[in-house]
Amino acid sequence: MFSPERVRLLVAVAMLSSAACAADALAADRAGPGLGEAVDADTLAAASLTVYPDGAGLPPGRGDARAGAVVYAAHCLACHGPGGRGGVNDALVGGHDTLAGAAPQRTVGSFWPYATTVFDYVRRAMPYPAPGSLSTDQVYAVTAYLLAEHGIIDADTVLDAETLPAVVMPNRDGFLLSPRRP
Amino acid sequence: MRRDATDDLLLPEAGNGLCGRRSLLRAGLGLAGGLGLAGIAVAAERPPGSLAPGAGMRSYGAPSRHVADLTRVGFSSQPGTDGSGVSRTPLERLEGTITPNGLFFERHHAGVPDIHPDAHRLLLHGRVRRPLRFSLAALHRYPLLTRTWFLECSGNSAALAADVPPQRRCGELHGLISQSEFTGVPLALLLDEAGVDPAARWVVAEGADGALLNRSVPLDKALDDALLVLYQNGEPLRPENGYPLRLLLPGFEGNMSIKWLHRLEVADRPAMSREETAKYTDLLPDGQARQFTFEMGVKSVITSPSPGLGLGAPGLYQISGLAWSGAGRVRRVAVSADGGRSWADAALEMPVQDRCLTRFRAAWRWNGAPAVLQSRAEDETGAVQPTRTEWLAANGPRSFYHYNAVQAWAVAADGSVSNVFA
Repeated sequence: MFSPERVRLLVAVAMLSSAACAADALAADRAGPGLGEAVDADTLAAASLTVYPDGAGLPPGRGDARAGAVVYAAHCLACHGPGGRGGVNDALVGGHDTLAGAAPQRTVGSFWPYATTVFDYVRRAMPYPAPGSLSTDQVYAVTAYLLAEHGIIDADTVLDAETLPAVVMPNRDGFLLSPRRP
Repeated sequence: MRRDATDDLLLPEAGNGLCGRRSLLRAGLGLAGGLGLAGIAVAAERPPGSLAPGAGMRSYGAPSRHVADLTRVGFSSQPGTDGSGVSRTPLERLEGTITPNGLFFERHHAGVPDIHPDAHRLLLHGRVRRPLRFSLAALHRYPLLTRTWFLECSGNSAALAADVPPQRRCGELHGLISQSEFTGVPLALLLDEAGVDPAARWVVAEGADGALLNRSVPLDKALDDALLVLYQNGEPLRPENGYPLRLLLPGFEGNMSIKWLHRLEVADRPAMSREETAKYTDLLPDGQARQFTFEMGVKSVITSPSPGLGLGAPGLYQISGLAWSGAGRVRRVAVSADGGRSWADAALEMPVQDRCLTRFRAAWRWNGAPAVLQSRAEDETGAVQPTRTEWLAANGPRSFYHYNAVQAWAVAADGSVSNVFA
């Protein structure tokens, strides 16, 4: 038989452990105060910057490699070198057929699996000193310039929300899902 | 060699004088303190600092001026920039498992933005029934949760895949890992409030830095244990760690725990952003690359002795190190003092927590001859830290990310320590 003191102790321990378990639950049995504010369509449209491989998220606009060469010279050349071949920063063009070699060059042309990612990344992060400073047409144009320099599209191809997702990158099938995905 | 009181307690459990967990238990774990006290002479006069009143209070504390050289280490940034790169935690100069906020490693892609909290909003939209926006004041009214977790950059230790062992200190090699107590709002609460579409599979998280850095997070992870962090080690996040709001995905590669978080877009597929295609993918020898290697592998490193923290006279030393796994708890750390020929279990400091740094210790009686020290961790899933040879066989020399092989330190006869591939 347990003494009354012992029983009280066991009950207290049991209560403490169940309190600990409740505190451990991340969210299942918790509720927030519901303070999220509704968002209007204009705010959503302005914020939705993600471009997906099928072209979802691409804005209206267009550009070709000729216009892109001008953009590149003004905003990209200083870091990425003539023709995108690399300067003080990464090469963006070149490195054909190097991925399986001893000195792989992971350029936009040789490594990136989706052309849409080029547009997305330039728009969100480049040029490094002034991200967000290029117009939509300039982003389409400089994307076209890089792809044309690598020989993926013709020099006169116009890129827009329809044609960009149709571009098949050389390394499109070069990726495997990691076995370490939980 | 001088005999001491520990000779009968610290019996070798593996080759070359290594005393492991069982010896430490026998010695009562009070060993280091006891030896330390014995070496301090009783002061015969007043200590210098006791002769006058000391300095006054200060508004925000800082380390002693005598450890003013204890800083982040291993800085590097893209050419022409000072905020597009990394700084590392000086692992060999810290003890315990919590990283002070000022020494938490940094990895920025476009510097550290200065964000006014009143202007900051978190937008949650995409495949949800109700797109929502949250102010920081609103987030502070949600049920907060506190957890201790490590955070490791997937590029941590990448230099060890080189052909020649780089001769740098432990933190310079392995210091893209840190640990904090994080406090914030479970992301699942906000997802529940917004009402996730049944077709949703991913959440694209985006930061408010110059790179608008974004990563696609599996919805399962977002609902399971993702935390919207407001506080780190009890104080508001520091700017370089994401002030005023960051995502924290325990066990996953650090780059996914988006700092300066301002947007979460629920989607039925990943964005295939630059940071999950061109970068943070693991290039294999055949030219293919592994994508979405989220979880950080089981790993350990001896922080002392290590390069720059050499030994003095032969005798008894304490091996101290850190072990961790992105898959769960560390189950075991084995230590070798003879280049991997024999191993003994190290003592693990309690509590051993889920996806946390675990401090391990072993005593080692150094005989003054050259020796090679190694540690090898195993986690609760049974995963064992690979040797460097095994890691290279599985990943090749140019995959760069997710290096987690056993680290070997060579102790020379003069007590100096160097990095070796063993």
